[in-house]
This record gives sequence, structure tokens and C-alpha cells, in this order.
Amino acid sequence: MARNKEALVLLLDVGPSMHSRLPEIEKLSSMLVQKKLIYSKSDEVGVVLFGTEDTDNELMKEVGGYEHVVVLRHIRVVDVNIIDSLRRLPKGTASSDFLDAIVVGMDMLIKKFGPTNKGKQRLCLITDALCPIKEPYEGTKEDQIDMISAQMKSHGMRFDCIVVRENLPGAANQTVMDENDLLLNRLSKKSATKVIHVESATSLLGALRTRNISPVTIFRGDLELSPLMKIKVWVYKKTSEEKFPTLKQYSDKAPSTDRFATHEVKVDIEYKSVQDTEKVVPPEQRIKGYRYGPQVVPISSAEWEAVKFKPEKSVKLLGFTDASNIMRHYYMKDVNVFIPEPGNTKAILAVSSLARAMKEMNKVAILRCVWRQGQGNVVIGVLTPNLSTLENVPDSFYFNVLPFAEDVREFQFPSFSDLPLSWQPNERQQEAADKLVMMLDLMPSGREEVLQPDLTPNPVLERFYRFLELKSKHPDADVPPIDRTLKRITEPDPELLSQNKSVIDDFLNQFELKENPKKNKSSRRLWREKPSASNEEEVAENDVSDRQSNNLITNSSSTKVEKIGNLTPVQDFEAMMQRRDSPEWVSKAIRDMKILILNLLETSSERSNCEMAIECLGVLRRGCILEQEPKEFNQFMQMLYKTCKDRNLNHFLELLLSKQITLISKEEAIDSDVSDDDAKKFLVKIEVTSQ
Amino acid sequence: MDFNPDDLFRDDDDDPESEYYQPLTTRAPVCSLPPEHVWDHRGKPNIHTPLILEESNLDVVEADKGMCASGAIAMGRESTKEYVVYLVDASPRMFYPASNAEDNKDESPFHVVVSCIAQSLKTQIINNSYDEVSICFFNTREKKNLQDLSGVYVFNVNEREPLDRPTARLIKEFSNIEETFMSEIGSQYGIISGSRENSLYNALWAAQALLRKGSTKNADKRILLFTNEDDPFGRIKGAPKTDMIRTTIQRAKDAQDMGILIELLPSCRPSEEFDVSLFYADLIGLENVDQSQFITSTSEKLDDMKAQLRKRMFKKRKIKRITFSIANGISIELNTYALIRPTVPGAITWLDSVTYLPLKSERSSICADTGALMQEPARRFHPYRNDNVLFTMDELSEIKKVSTGHLHLLGFKPLSCLKDCHNLRPSTFLFPNDEEIIGSTRIFISLHRSMSRLKRFAVAFYGSSANPHLVALIAQDEITSSSGQVEPPGMHMIHLPYSDDIRHAEELHMAIDATMPRAIDDQIKKACVLLKRVDLKDFSVCQFANPALQRHYAILEALALGDDEMPETADETVPDEEGMARPGVVNALEDYKVSVYGENHDQEEAENNAAKSTISDTAKKRKAILETAVQECANYEWADLADNGKLKDLTVTELKYYLSAHSLPVAGKKEALISRILTHMGK
Repeated sequence: MARNKEALVLLLDVGPSMHSRLPEIEKLSSMLVQKKLIYSKSDEVGVVLFGTEDTDNELMKEVGGYEHVVVLRHIRVVDVNIIDSLRRLPKGTASSDFLDAIVVGMDMLIKKFGPTNKGKQRLCLITDALCPIKEPYEGTKEDQIDMISAQMKSHGMRFDCIVVRENLPGAANQTVMDENDLLLNRLSKKSATKVIHVESATSLLGALRTRNISPVTIFRGDLELSPLMKIKVWVYKKTSEEKFPTLKQYSDKAPSTDRFATHEVKVDIEYKSVQDTEKVVPPEQRIKGYRYGPQVVPISSAEWEAVKFKPEKSVKLLGFTDASNIMRHYYMKDVNVFIPEPGNTKAILAVSSLARAMKEMNKVAILRCVWRQGQGNVVIGVLTPNLSTLENVPDSFYFNVLPFAEDVREFQFPSFSDLPLSWQPNERQQEAADKLVMMLDLMPSGREEVLQPDLTPNPVLERFYRFLELKSKHPDADVPPIDRTLKRITEPDPELLSQNKSVIDDFLNQFELKENPKKNKSSRRLWREKPSASNEEEVAENDVSDRQSNNLITNSSSTKVEKIGNLTPVQDFEAMMQRRDSPEWVSKAIRDMKILILNLLETSSERSNCEMAIECLGVLRRGCILEQEPKEFNQFMQMLYKTCKDRNLNHFLELLLSKQITLISKEEAIDSDVSDDDAKKFLVKIEVTSQ
Repeated sequence: MDFNPDDLFRDDDDDPESEYYQPLTTRAPVCSLPPEHVWDHRGKPNIHTPLILEESNLDVVEADKGMCASGAIAMGRESTKEYVVYLVDASPRMFYPASNAEDNKDESPFHVVVSCIAQSLKTQIINNSYDEVSICFFNTREKKNLQDLSGVYVFNVNEREPLDRPTARLIKEFSNIEETFMSEIGSQYGIISGSRENSLYNALWAAQALLRKGSTKNADKRILLFTNEDDPFGRIKGAPKTDMIRTTIQRAKDAQDMGILIELLPSCRPSEEFDVSLFYADLIGLENVDQSQFITSTSEKLDDMKAQLRKRMFKKRKIKRITFSIANGISIELNTYALIRPTVPGAITWLDSVTYLPLKSERSSICADTGALMQEPARRFHPYRNDNVLFTMDELSEIKKVSTGHLHLLGFKPLSCLKDCHNLRPSTFLFPNDEEIIGSTRIFISLHRSMSRLKRFAVAFYGSSANPHLVALIAQDEITSSSGQVEPPGMHMIHLPYSDDIRHAEELHMAIDATMPRAIDDQIKKACVLLKRVDLKDFSVCQFANPALQRHYAILEALALGDDEMPETADETVPDEEGMARPGVVNALEDYKVSVYGENHDQEEAENNAAKSTISDTAKKRKAILETAVQECANYEWADLADNGKLKDLTVTELKYYLSAHSLPVAGKKEALISRILTHMGK
């Protein structure tokens, strides 16, 4: 078999106790096959069902026994039919014996590939392991497990086992469960077996990596503690985001009769001179320029090669430091794992001792890494211990990249204690918050951790691949709504919420939320959604259209002015004051106008600017009277007067006088606290100063 | 073209070369175009505008790498750039060396300020910002400013507006300003009794005039004021004094009314604290609470100043405003900030190697089947089941819309559930905002306190349109040091991996039917001793500059200025070999080594290596092949065969003798092999 080709036998328990789980098992196994169809087309898959009413397998025919095990599909290269059959798993009626199923599956692999052809062979069992295992004809169950593990080992098979069951303490079949668990554990110790226990439907969907990616080392070599002491390690990726598939652009230009049309779209990039846009510059005539501030610097390759940063391949220790010095949020990227060189006992011991010492003293190591020769940068990162919980897996380290000085922006934020008292929670509120944080618990004792990353599927990818399958059959299908199992990832669990209803209600009652009336609320979505309208987008959209229609009625002629420019400040101001789509505009118009006037005064040496400023001031005054904002204007006038006085802007004051622009009096706007007399006096004051 | 926005986040670790240093073909003079021609993107639209636009888009993507789609960015950004005037006091007082008991370096405050500003200008260039700066001295002998105000000198270099983006020349000449400062600009006390001159007033006026450019709507404007004089009007008395104080403060208020922020960066004289309350508190409008932040230590340390400036260099900009839904449809409002994002060398601009003018790229979509030019197609496809499955863009975005709204609280877990391996990309900082929903901050603080005290983190679903993800929210308490805030209070949002994103490499090499060796207590004890010996006491996460980036920009700077010498840049990341060679460390290492590797490790290793090199199977095989090839190769008259065109009559095996013997690649079809042989023979 090719290096990366895999032969997989799915062993699916369809017995009575599993019926409620079948929808998820169908989804999980068809997702597995679907990804094989897309990403590893030559993989082979067989399917064995057990707990079925019927019996149909070769071992039964050859040696007898193995009842209620049906070979749904022999090991064959993946094709589309298998998905269809996996989507309609029959509901079994018989007691399911997973040991029988394992033997049948192994037998299929052995018969198919024989003893010589050791490729990647894998068995994958999904069961609740609730039914008792039949007593073997000879020896004990343990002996049988040992025989199976020996076979698996000699054929290089891997075995993944997903035990799906709610933890039901005191259930009737506790003894059976315990015995089955013991058997599976025995198997996992003696062969390349991984047993995963899951409870919820969501974690069942995420229990299996559905896409096989052959692991590649990033680095093999020495972890240098110092020139004296080195440890041989291999570095792999621990996390790497599985991206949304990149879809190609579709061209419908090819005639529909052309069966060999690719429908692909090629993107052609041409480089053209900015001076002569007709002329295409051939690729070899291009040269790269690097930006340095506003300049662009072209550099020759020879020179670049000679001077560029060229670190030597190495992974070196800079030192150890307290774990508390490295905060979690500094981790920059996906994670790597440092594994001692396989088979090298010294390396395994060295990593183990270092990891355990680090764990004990709560320390971490800081490394400088250059993974490959010729790499143009160095990586600084932190090594944290990862002590193995399995006896047959070595201790290892996780490695996280840390930021350089250039990568960190030190923004300042106010201390919470400096914030106004009205923003601080009181004791009672804090208590309610404490309760909420404790009770809305995703780590209930005695049950599985909810939404554990290792067992949580990516809802977007799940949805995409399901829709892909659906669309391949029904090209006109709509995107189906997200199902209940996936909703557990994107939305809070209603059950958890209802269990803690009193705590949540108490919390929400303790706090009061108010919309800020000054803000333009319609531009944002409502903060308190109506429970019925879950589709916020729609609500927001309606809002927008409402607003627009209102605008049309009140002010259909004006184009929307959003700021006051230098060219036509008077017109801009008036247009803005008339905008009725938000109360904001008036205050903004006034504010902007003030700034503009001050700006004009800044350069008041030019006569025209001075006149412009006066004109603007006049309009501002009129606007403030109309909008009943006399205080805004009067304060500004006082300030303007002071400024002019300080700077001896006499000609401006003269102009003011000539235009008789003064404070807004009570008679003009009721809100003003300036009497008519005072307004007149102000003019006199100006007159005195200007002389 | 890829449509997938996730691709923006493509891992550059896989191919570090791709983004970094791509070789160029010829050595060329620096392309320094007149600034108003190409680089003035504020000016009227000119022929280069498309190019510039493309670049600024890139910048946005870079800054917000790992966060959100372009639509979201546009919404959160209030202003895209910043205008800063560095206003530096140049009075004789700034030149008194601040000799301190601890460090005897005679660094004057002026020197400290100059090197700080130079440093920050460099950082600005590295960050590719479009921010514009101006440097202005006051209390100078000479005057140079548009208003012709005395005692104010606006420093500038050729080919640059007074307020413009920093250039290489500006940085270089400014860094060396101290040599010529006294002769060309000069220092004197500007505010003295008997004179009506008010240099501080003039300076503020000049700075304000410089900042008149652009509107406050799309630019933030700031004046950073550097001085060590806490009482600038201390030399005069009586009415003139009060008058001057009043006018100066009014001048500052005017500036603030115009939307200009004035920030003070005081340095202090030895044994004297800078007392903001004397004058500057009024000038910059400090409340009592804020004043405490200005009580700086009396030490005149460069690092402190640098730290101060670094903290204030970038104006706080949020990426996005989001709603955080707690339960029952109740949401609070948060702002998100990118505190940590990888800085990469700026984008490449393609130039014409003849004219050194920038090139404009034009993409066109061509149908692969018919060769017809087409519009950006509306549909995408994915091959599946021997067919193409078609999707519209709407369907694709519908698929990604797995959640309504922004951030949904799902529940809480103990911090121990968040493993070190649960990470994919840089974190994002969350801080509450009461602007639209009053009461948000209060709820946020209460949750923050509870989470921090109970050592729990929140699990939430972040439903951004581009990359919806499960996230962990960790409460971070405020941490402060003498130089100010080290860690701001708030929550950090960490993207959690899904099961498909987690690999189990450590299980690849699991021992079958055997247990892995584990370290025994003695070995762990020895390791502990080593850990204590090699301890980085005050390690801080961002203490290293990125050597590749530093080098990149040092080279660019040298080339931009036409320097022939390539600069040496220090690599701060290399291990401290001296420290490692200290006897205490060496002993601990030796002890540890003997304990895990045994006594004769080096010898065994050497033997192993020796054994490997002689009897390595593949090496042996390769050698054998070579030997036979050389032998066999000698049996043919290659030149004759080639001349007569008889090479094609030989078998592939025979051809390979020649190739192996001359260490040429042996891959390919027969024709390829023959042409390779001919090329090698020079025919």
C-alpha cells in the first residue's frame, strides 16, 4: 500500500441501547468517509455492524459463532455508495458483543492484506459497551484480549475505540460495564489503541479526527540546554487549524455539451507602469521594492543575500523562568510538541526528568528556535511540560511562540478602581456574579467536561460538508438550519440555563442596563433582543429601511452632509442642522462649526478668512436660535471674545461690531440666561476692547 | 482567486522566506519620488492612487490579523491615522547632565529625549503607519516656524513637509542633532522677567498651527510635550506672570477645543520631583486622580522614558465594538483591541527595474475552457462525487453564520481546563464600554472579579462572519510597575481549537505492550537544581527585539540613505553563553547529565556516531551504486555515442551509469536523461 493510504474498518454498534445515538454515528461516520472521498481518495473502508438481528460474516460461515455481526461493506476503495448506506443504519435488536465485531474486523483486514502487506490499518469501534461479552469457547476473556492485541501488533493495526455512554451510576448493568471497561483498557495497554469516553452527542461528533493528515516533523535534532548538554528531540505540530476549504471560481462559459470542461477560472495578473497604463511590464523587468516610511527601496538579490539575517539551525535554551512570568494570552500561534527521539531511552529520560522538574517547581523554559537551515527568522517561545497520563506514551513538552517587542502594543486602560462609583458593582451584585460564575458550570463533577476542545467538532465545517453532500444530490437545496447537536457549541445549553434559572434571574435583576439615549440607537442592533425575534439581522434591516423611508418624507431634497468643509461651510452647516435622521447631527454641526471658526481665526491675517469667520458665526447664531441651543453659542462667544482679546485680533472684533453679532438673549431663545441688556453690553465690551 | 478570508491568516511559519526576504535582481538607486507626487495620499487623486489604496488595505488586514473580516474593521475604526508634534524643551536646563549616584553616565535629559524620539520614529516606520510627525523645539536661540514666533524651532529635512511621515533622512539627521544643536539652533531661556516673550505659548501656537492639517474626523492629533521644567513661569513675578499663565493655558485649551490632545512627558532633575500641580496639571487639564500617574521616580533613566513613550506612542484603537450576550437576551457592550499581533516586514511594492516607478497590478479572470475574459464570477465550486457542486456566495456566508450576534456566553470552567496546547492565534483584548448600553462596565467588572477570584474562565462562542470560533475569556488583573501599567485590566479572548485542529503526535510513537521509561526522583532532583541555576529572574515576554525585522529595517535604512556600509544589528535572542559557562551552572549541568545519560555519554555518543557513519545502510548502498556506476560508466564511449545520436539506443539503466557517476539527478524519462547527459557534456 502507498505510504499514506489507509485501510479502515468501522465497527458500529447498532444494538437496542444505541438507537438514540445512531443519528450522530451516522453523521460522524459519513463525515469520515466524505473527507476521505475528498482528501484521500484511495483509502479503503469496510463497515461492520453488530447487535443486528441478522448475521452475515465470513467467520460465521467458516467456523461458526459470531452471531449478530453483519458485514455491511467489504474493504474497498471509498466511493459514494458507502455514504448512502451509512446514512441509513439499520436498528439492531440483538445484544451487541464488541469483541466479536473486533475479531470479524481484524479477520477482514488480515484476509485482505495478508501477513506481508503491512500498510496503515485501522479499526474504529463505536459502542456503548453495555452488553455482556460472551464467554469464549476456550480460555478467559482476558486471554482473548491478549490474543487480539498480539494479532493487532503483529499486523501493525491501530485501534480507536469510542465508548459513548451517559454516566449512570448505580445502573443495573454496572458490573458488565466495569468488566467491559477493564477489557478495553487491557487492550489499549497492549496495542496501539486509544479509548475515548464520551457522553454528549456533541462530543460524539468530535470524538474522531475525520481527516487524516500524516504528521511531519518540523525539526529533528538537538534541544541544546548548553553546548555541554543536548537532548535529541522531534518537533511536531500539536494544533493546526483546519481551514474552511478553498473553493474555486466557477466559469459557466463552456457549452453545456462539453463534458470535459473544467469550468475553472484562471486569474491573470499583469503589471503595468503607472505612467503608461497601456504598457505591460514583463515579469523579468520587475524588481521588488521594500517600503521604508514613505520611500520605496529596491535592492539587488546578491546584496540582500549577503546582508540578510541568517541564523543557524538550532534549538537553544535561553533559561528557565517562573510560569507566572508568561501569561497565557501571550501565546501567539498554533502549538508545537517536543517529543524525545523515538526509541532513544536517554532522550526520553532527559525530557521526562526536565518536564517533571518544571512541573514540580512551576517553571517554564524559554527557547530560541531556528527550525531549518536557511530560515530567515528566529522564534522565541516557551516550553511547558506535558506529563503523559498513559504509561506507553512518553512525557513531552508543548511549545508556544511568544511575541517580540515589536509585536506588543502597550495600550493604557483605566484601572477598574479608578472608574466612577456608578460603574462599580456593589457587594450584592458581586455576590450574584460569583454565583453565576460558579453555577453556569461546564465542568460538572462526575460528568464529562462540556465543550472540551479535543471533543468539539467545528460547526462551520460540519455544516459545510453536510451541505456539500446534500447539494450534490439536490442542487437547489437551501442551507439547512443548524441542528441541535451543533447548537450546543454556538449557543448556551437551554438545559443548563433552566437548571440555573434562579441564579441567572438573580444576576440579571441585580444589574440594570439602559440604552444611552444620546446615541443613535437604530444604527446598532437592539441590546435586548425580543425572545421571539432570533434573527437580529432581519430586525436591524427593517430598522434601516424604516429610517430611510422617514428620511425621504421629511427631507427628500437634501443630500446627506456629514461634515462641514472649508469651501461652503455655511451651506454645509445649514444642511447638517436640517438632518433629522438623528439628533446627533445638530450638536455635531455646532461643534464642527466652532472648530472651523477657530481654525479660520488661526489664520486671520488674511482678510478673507476673517470675513468668512464672521459669516460662519452669523449662521451659527441663527442655527442656535432655531434649535434652541443659545447656551452653546453664548459660551462660544465668550471664549471667542477672550481669544481675540488675548491675541489682539482687533479687526475681527471690529467686524463683529459692524455686523452687530452678540450673545443670544432670552427674547430670542427662551433657554438663554442672557438678558437683552446683557447682550447689548457685550457689544459695548467688544467696542472698548477693539479700540 | 481564493475567496476564503481565512487564507489571510495563512501560517507564515511554514514558509518564512515567502514573506520576508525575496531576492531582487539588480542594485538600484533609491527610488525617492517627490513626496507630493506619489506618496501624498491626502492630496488630490493622482495616477498612483489605486496603488496606495491597495497598500492601505493591506495595512488594515495586517494590523487586525486574526480578528475579523474587512467589513468589521471598517466599522470599528474611527480614525485611521495620527498627527503628532513632538514638542521638546531645549532650555539650558535640559542640557545639565542628570548625573545620578547609581549610573554615572552623563546623559542630559535632552539626550534622553532625542534618543527616545528617534527610537519611536524608527518604530513608527517599522509599523508601517501612515502617521505624520513633526519635531519642534522651544526655548531656542534661533527661530524657524511659519508664524515667525521667537524661541521656537521646527526641525525638518529636505523633501519633507513640516508635518509628514517620518523618513530615513529625518531619523538620521535627528539622531545626530546633538552635534550641531548648539551652533545651529542654540538654547536659551525663553521666559525671563522683563521680556514679554512667552516661548511656551509660542511653542503651543506653532504646534497647533502644524496640526491644522487634515480634519479631526479622520485623524487623531496630539502634542507630546517633553520638558524637565515643572514651573516654566517661575522666573517672573507679579501681573505679567499671572497674565502669561492665563494666556498659555488658554492657548492649550484652544488647542484642546480643536480636538488636539496634549500629553506631557516630564523628566526630572536629580533630587527633585517633577511637580505637575505647579503648572502643567492646569495646562493639560488633569484631574486630581490622574495626577498620581505623573509622579515619576527621580531617576533619569533612558529605559523609563522609552517605556513611557512606547506606551503612549500608539493611540489606543479598538478593532471593533461587539456585544457580549450573557443570558436571556441580555447583552453588554465591549470593545476589542489587538494588543499583540505579529509585526511583519512591510508589503512588497513592485517597481519597474528600468524607471524605478511603482507598478500597478491588474487582474483579469479568464475562463479556462474558452479563454474568454470574464467578470468576477458569482459562483464557486467544490469537486465532489465526480462532479462539481456549485455554491453561491450567499450560501457560503449562510453556512458560516452559525450564530447570531457577536459573543455568546456558554458557561464557565476552572482555569486548569485551559491547556497550554489550546491555542491557535494571538489573543484579543476585551474592555467594557458604556457608550451605548449604560451598565455594561458594571456587569463586566463583576464578572471579571468573580472569574479572577474563583480562578475560572468563561467559554463563549464568537460568531464573527469570517471565522466563527469557540473562545476562552480569561480575566486579567491589572499589573503596574514603576513605569506605569504593565498589564491592563480586562479579559483576553483566546481562540480554542476544535477536535479537528488538535493532533496527537505524541501518540504516534507509543510503545506497544511496554511502558515508557520515566525519570526517577534523583534525576528530577538534579533537574530541579539545574532549573534553579539557569533562572531568568525578570524575564518579560517582550524583552527581545525581532532580529530579522531589525536587520531588515537596518538594511533598508542604510540603503534609503545611500550608506555603503551595511549596518551591524545585534541579535538579542542568542543564549547567554558566558552565563552558561559559569562554574555553578556547568556543575549543575554535568550532574544532571551524568544522572540521566550515565557516566560515559559523550564517548557512547561518539561511538554511536562513528558506527552510524560507517555502517549506515543507505550510505552503504549509495556508495555501492556509485562505485558500480563509475566502473560501468568507463565501459562506454560517451562522446562518440552522443555525437552519433546513439544515446537513445542505450537502456535507461545504462544512461543512469553516466548520470550517477557524474552525480547528476537520475529522475525523469529517457528523453530527459539524454538531454541531461548532453547538457552535461556541453553539447
